[in-house]
Amino acid sequence: MSGSSSVAAMKKVVQQLQLEAGLKCVKVSQAAADLKQFCLQNTQHDPLLTGASSSTNPFRPQKVCSFL
Amino acid sequence: MCDQTFLVNVFGSCDKCFKQRALRPVFKKSQQLSYCSTCAEIMATEALHENETLASLKSEAESLKGKLEEERAKLHDVELHQVAERVEALGQFVMKTRRTLKGHGNKVLCMDWCKDKRRIVSSSQDGKVIVWDSFTTNKEHAVTMPCTWVMACAYAPSGCAIACGGLDNKCSVYPLTFDKNENMAAKKKSVAMHTNYLSACSFTNSDMQILTASGDGTCALWDVESGQLLQSFHGHGADVLCLDLAPSETGNTFVSGGCDKKAMVWDMRSGQCVQAFETHESDINSVRYYPSGDAFASGSDDATCRLYDLRADREVAIYSKESIIFGASSVDFSLSGRLLFAGYNDYTINVWDVLKGSRVSILFGHENRVSTLRVSPDGTAFCSGSWDHTLRVREMVFSFPVCERREEG
Repeated sequence: MSGSSSVAAMKKVVQQLQLEAGLKCVKVSQAAADLKQFCLQNTQHDPLLTGASSSTNPFRPQKVCSFL
Repeated sequence: MCDQTFLVNVFGSCDKCFKQRALRPVFKKSQQLSYCSTCAEIMATEALHENETLASLKSEAESLKGKLEEERAKLHDVELHQVAERVEALGQFVMKTRRTLKGHGNKVLCMDWCKDKRRIVSSSQDGKVIVWDSFTTNKEHAVTMPCTWVMACAYAPSGCAIACGGLDNKCSVYPLTFDKNENMAAKKKSVAMHTNYLSACSFTNSDMQILTASGDGTCALWDVESGQLLQSFHGHGADVLCLDLAPSETGNTFVSGGCDKKAMVWDMRSGQCVQAFETHESDINSVRYYPSGDAFASGSDDATCRLYDLRADREVAIYSKESIIFGASSVDFSLSGRLLFAGYNDYTINVWDVLKGSRVSILFGHENRVSTLRVSPDGTAFCSGSWDHTLRVREMVFSFPVCERREEG
């Protein structure tokens, strides 16, 4: 008979659920639109999307390209 | 002759009310006590009451869960990829490995970038922690830990120290010194103490505090100077495998993922779990915040990566393919959040279009599991560490637009 400990554990679960139920939520359409907005606004500043130029990129080999 | 049962009456002091009465044996949590008949009856009714309380709590929990699901379902009016339908598709990417860091004697388990966008710290199964200059591939510092499987390492924001830990159940901070006469191991400071392995660690916004995650099922916030425990976070039902701090503008929260398949968002000040997500079907190996702080991605042994939005309080995208059957060990976003890089146990790295949910590129090169992956602080490159003992720094070379995109199955 471990009554008191499982009651205490259950009380915690109920408290946590009550906390989560109290959260004010936003519609997925709104949240998704904001995520999309953030992406598009920052696209130009994303070197992994646009590719950084070799003058600023320290990893790029500083070589002259020639067509073979 | 005759079998008779004798009732033996023991007289003495009741263990509960201490009055001199006839006593009966009573078992409470496998401990034998002696209660008088009045106290024994009270205990019987208390037990009954407790069972009722437990049952009523259970039904309250069920009804709350049901209500939560109903409310969330109402808000689920559209999918992320639908919202992103009109967004221009990404072209074909070509990413090249620019540096290969060789030097670890065994599996690379974890790595982190320094804020200077150049230095990298990595830790390995062989107990070594190495600080590299990724431009020159030189090893600037090396420390041998007293344990094997150094599963976590992190660079301090100042760039002047590193933190690491693993099977020693601790997180230790090593100040980085360029003085050749000084032994790095001598200045080691033990900060965190857990009761099981350290799986992840991260400095907060300063060198003064460290957040840790452990196989003991808890996360904890420590003061580096004194080693004092500032806050502990209980709630995971199994080992916590990863954590990530929210980008500084969005406040004092962090997300953790564990073997209980749950991702939990915590308030660092109160120690309270503010949101929990349980849609993965297996251990969550990696969690990373979206650059705006409003969402986070997770990578799991169930071979999927998922995006959870914090304001909608639900999963909003899942990145998976039937052909991907190995677990994702590590995830990170590009600067704009458009790309999600994920390292897998099948030795590859898949690059996902976060908005459209489609895979943009597969990167080969590692000869064993990819165990860790981080995009550099300025977003120009990303580094992956693998069980093949090496780390690779890659960047985008060019992308060309594709006229018609056909998704393979």
